[in-house]
Amino acid sequence: MAYKTVVEDDIDVLVVGGGLGGTGAAWEARFWGQDKKIIIAEKANIDRSGAVAQGLYAINCYMGTRWGENNPEDHVRYARIDLMGMVREDLLFDMARHVDSTVHQFEDWGLPIMRNSKTGAYLREGRWQIMIHGESYKPIVAEAAKKSADKVFNRICVTHLLMDNAKENRVAGAVGFNVRTGDYHVFKSKTVIVAAGGASNIFKPRSVGEGAGRVWYAPWSSGSAYGLMIDAGAKMTQMENRIVLARFKDGYGPVGAYFLHLKTYTQNGVGEEYESKWFPELQKMVGKEYLDPEVSHRTHRPIPTCLRNHALISEVNAGRGPIHMVTMHAFQDPHLEEVGWENFLGMTVGQAVLWAATDVDPKSENPELTTSEPYVMGSHATGAGGWASGPEDVSPPEYFWGYNRMMTVEGLFGAGDAVGGTPHAFSSGSFTEGRLAAKAACKYIDDGKAQGIRVSDDQIEQRKKEIFAPLERYKVYRNEIVAGTVSPSYIHPKQGLDRLQKLMDEYCGGVTVNYMTNEKLLNICLKKLNIMEEDLDCLAAKDLHELLRAWELKHRHRTAECVTHHTLFRKETRWPGYYYRGDAMKLDDENWHVLTVSRRDPKTGEYTMEKAPCYHLVDKDEEKPAAAAE
Amino acid sequence: MPTFVYMTRCDGCGHCVDICPSDIMHIDPTYRRAYNIEPDMCWECYSCVKACPQNAIDARGYADFAPLGHSVRVRREEEKGTISWRIKFRDGREKNFVSPITTKPWGEGIPQLKEVAGPNKDMRDSQLLYSEPKYIRMDEGDLHTLQKAGLKLKQGVYY
Ligand SMILES: Cc1cc2nc3c(=O)[nH]c(=O)nc-3n(C[C@H](O)[C@H](O)[C@H](O)COP(=O)(O)OP(=O)(O)OC[C@H]3O[C@@H](n4cnc5c(N)ncnc54)[C@H](O)[C@@H]3O)c2cc1C
Ligand code: SF4
Ligand code: SF4
Repeated sequence: MAYKTVVEDDIDVLVVGGGLGGTGAAWEARFWGQDKKIIIAEKANIDRSGAVAQGLYAINCYMGTRWGENNPEDHVRYARIDLMGMVREDLLFDMARHVDSTVHQFEDWGLPIMRNSKTGAYLREGRWQIMIHGESYKPIVAEAAKKSADKVFNRICVTHLLMDNAKENRVAGAVGFNVRTGDYHVFKSKTVIVAAGGASNIFKPRSVGEGAGRVWYAPWSSGSAYGLMIDAGAKMTQMENRIVLARFKDGYGPVGAYFLHLKTYTQNGVGEEYESKWFPELQKMVGKEYLDPEVSHRTHRPIPTCLRNHALISEVNAGRGPIHMVTMHAFQDPHLEEVGWENFLGMTVGQAVLWAATDVDPKSENPELTTSEPYVMGSHATGAGGWASGPEDVSPPEYFWGYNRMMTVEGLFGAGDAVGGTPHAFSSGSFTEGRLAAKAACKYIDDGKAQGIRVSDDQIEQRKKEIFAPLERYKVYRNEIVAGTVSPSYIHPKQGLDRLQKLMDEYCGGVTVNYMTNEKLLNICLKKLNIMEEDLDCLAAKDLHELLRAWELKHRHRTAECVTHHTLFRKETRWPGYYYRGDAMKLDDENWHVLTVSRRDPKTGEYTMEKAPCYHLVDKDEEKPAAAAE
Repeated sequence: MPTFVYMTRCDGCGHCVDICPSDIMHIDPTYRRAYNIEPDMCWECYSCVKACPQNAIDARGYADFAPLGHSVRVRREEEKGTISWRIKFRDGREKNFVSPITTKPWGEGIPQLKEVAGPNKDMRDSQLLYSEPKYIRMDEGDLHTLQKAGLKLKQGVYY
C-alpha cells in the first residue's frame, strides 16, 4: 500500500467529530487540562461540519434561569413527557443546569441572540427556544475549539477506536484515513470523546434521485458515533427510539418558529382542525397517563411529538390530505413574514429555494406538511445513543461508574447525539455535554486511570488492512468487467446504501410501510442485515471519496443493526407516530416502563439485550407555575 | 438545490473543495475547475456558495421536485458581519433579506483558556464548569443540585 502511516502519539484528549458536541469538548478540555494534549479528528472541515453547517435560527435548549423563566427540573419534566417517559433524568438534569452558561458564553463570543425589546430578556420562540441570527453559529464555535485544541485534523474519517492491549475494555485512541491524501492516521490517546453525530439515510428517503440529498438531518450524519462505539463493545440505549419529523413537504424546512412564534397551525385538506379528533382512540393505545388533552389544555404539559405525528399520519391515511400549515394570516404581518423566511435561510435554505421554484408564497398560499423518513439520533425529540455514566451528585449508583458521560468502555466518553437517553439537548445541550465530558476526561487522566496503555503493532496493521480493503478490491476486480458499475465481485457504496435503505424501510418501519413493523419482519430484517455484512466485505472504492462513502456505509449498517435489535426487543408500541409494532399495538407500562440496553460482543458479533430501570426525579406535572419556581 | 459551477467564473482556487461538509466539490482534472461530483449527497447547505470568491457557484432546485426558473443568491461579508439573500421566484417576484452574523470582530470575544487562571482543587471536585456558577445566572446564585430543587431521586422502576 502506497499510503503513509502518520502517528500522533501521547494525546490526552482525542475528540472524534468537531460538531456541536465536539467543539464544546475541545474548548472546555483546555481549561481543565491546561497542559494536556488536545486533538480533534474531523471528517470534514470544522468551520462548516455537522448538522449545524448551514447555521441555525434558534437555540432550542435554554432555561433562562437568569430571567426567572425555568429551572432544570422543568426541562426534565418536559423531555420526559415528550418521550413518553423514557429518558435518563439524571443526565438531563445535569445538562439543563449547565446549558445557560453555554448560551451566555456564545453571546460573549459574538453570536447574535435576539432580545425582547420590552423585558431585555432573550426573545423566546417557545418555552425552551430562543431566537438567534445563527448563520455563523458553526464557524463561531469552531473558532473557540481551534483556540483550545493543540491541533485540528480536518478531513480525517475516523473508522475505528483503538483498544488497549494491556487492559480489557479500555480505549486507547482511534484510527482513520485522510480523505484527501489517503494517509493512514493513528491517534494514540488516553481518552476519546466521541461526538460524531447522529444518522440520516438509514431508512429510504421520500425523495428520489437528485433530491435524496435533501434529507432532514444532514446527509453526512453517517451514524459514525454509533458505529464506532458499538464496534468497541460499548453498551447502547434506546436505539429503537428513531424519530420521524413533521415538516414542510419536500424541503423539510423547520416548523418550530412557525408553530411557536408565528402562531401558525395545521389543518387537513378540507380545512378542518384534525389533531384532536384522533386523541380519544390514541388515548386507548397509550393510556391517560401519557395523553390527557384536558390536562394539557390546563397546564404546561405538552402533547408528545410522536402523538402529534400519529394524528397527521392517520388523517392522511383516512383520505383527508394534504395537511396544510396555515400561514396566510401570520404572513400578513411584515415582521412575521420576515421571520418566516429568514428561518429557512438561516438553517434550511433548500426550503426557500423550493418555494421560489414552485411560486409558493406563504402569504397567499398555505404550504403542505408531511412526515419524514425516520432518523436515528439523540439530541432532538429522540434519545438514541450510548449508555453513559451520569454525574455523581445526581445519578443513582447504578447509573454512575466514576466519570460523567463515560461509556461502559473505560476512557471512552460521548457528547451530543452520541449519548443516549438525553433528548431535547439540541445544539446548546450537545455543546454542554461536550464540556461535561471534557472535564470528566481530564479528571480520569489526573486520577491515573489511563496509565500503562499499550497498543500493539498488530492492531494497528490489522486496522490499516481493513480500512483500505475496498480500494484494493476495486483494483483487483475492476478489469474483470468492460466498464460500468455492475460487477459480480464487488458492490459500490451507493449500491450498498440503496440496499440498506430499502430493507430498513420495508422491514423496520420506514415511510413506505407507514412506519409499521412486527417481530417476523424484524427477524427477516436482521437476517438480511447479516447477509449484507458479508457483502460489506466486498465493497469496492474507486477513489478516496468512495472510500469515505464505504466507511460511512459500514457505520450506518452497524447502527441499523442495533436499531433493529432494539426494536425487536421492546415488544410494545411506545411512540405511535415514530413507529408501530403491529403485533403489540399498545403502550405497555407494566412490562416496558424501562430503558433498553444492548451490547454487541466485538468478538462474536452477538447482541445481548437487557432492561434498565427508569429513575424518576420529577413528577409528571408542575406544581407551581414556572416563574414562581425560584 | 444541488450546486453547479459556472465555467467562465471559476478559477479553480479550491475554497469550495476545502469547505464542503459532504466532500462533493471536486476539481475536474480536465478543466481545472470545480464541480459537484455527487448531487444526490448535496444538502444545499450553501457552505461552498458562501466560500467562493468568484461567485461561481449557484444552486438549482432538485430535479425531482423543483421546477426550473428560480434562484437564491447569497453574499456573506465577514468584515461587515452580515449576510444578504436574494430570492427570485419562478414568476419573477423577488424578496431580499439581510441578517447579522456576528456582533464582535471575528474571534475576538473568545478567550484563550490556556492563559486564564486555572481551576483550583475545590473547583475540580465540584460540579462546576469553566466560568460557572457566575455564567449560569449572572448573579450570586450557585449551581442547581437536587437538594436545592427540592428533588429526590425515586427508586428505579421497571413497571
Ligand atoms: C435541520 C435541522 C434543524 C435544527 N434546528 C435546531 C435548532 O433550531 N436549534 C437547536 O438548538 N438545534 C437544532 N438542530 C439540532 C442540532 O443541530 C443538533 O442537536 C446538534 O448539532 C448535535 O450535535 P452533535 O455534536 O451530536 O452532532 P453534529 O453537530 O452533527 O457533529 C458531528 C460531527 O462529527 C463529524 N463526523 C461524523 N462522522 C465522523 C467520522 N467517521 N470521523 C470523524 N468525524 C466525523 C461530522 O463531520 C460533524 O462535524 C437542528 C438540526 C437540523 C438538522
Ligand atoms: S451546498 Fe453544501 S453539500 Fe452542497 S456542494 Fe455546497 S457545500 Fe457541499
Ligand atoms: S471556490 Fe469558486 S472559484 Fe474556487 S474552485 Fe470553487 S467554484 Fe471555483
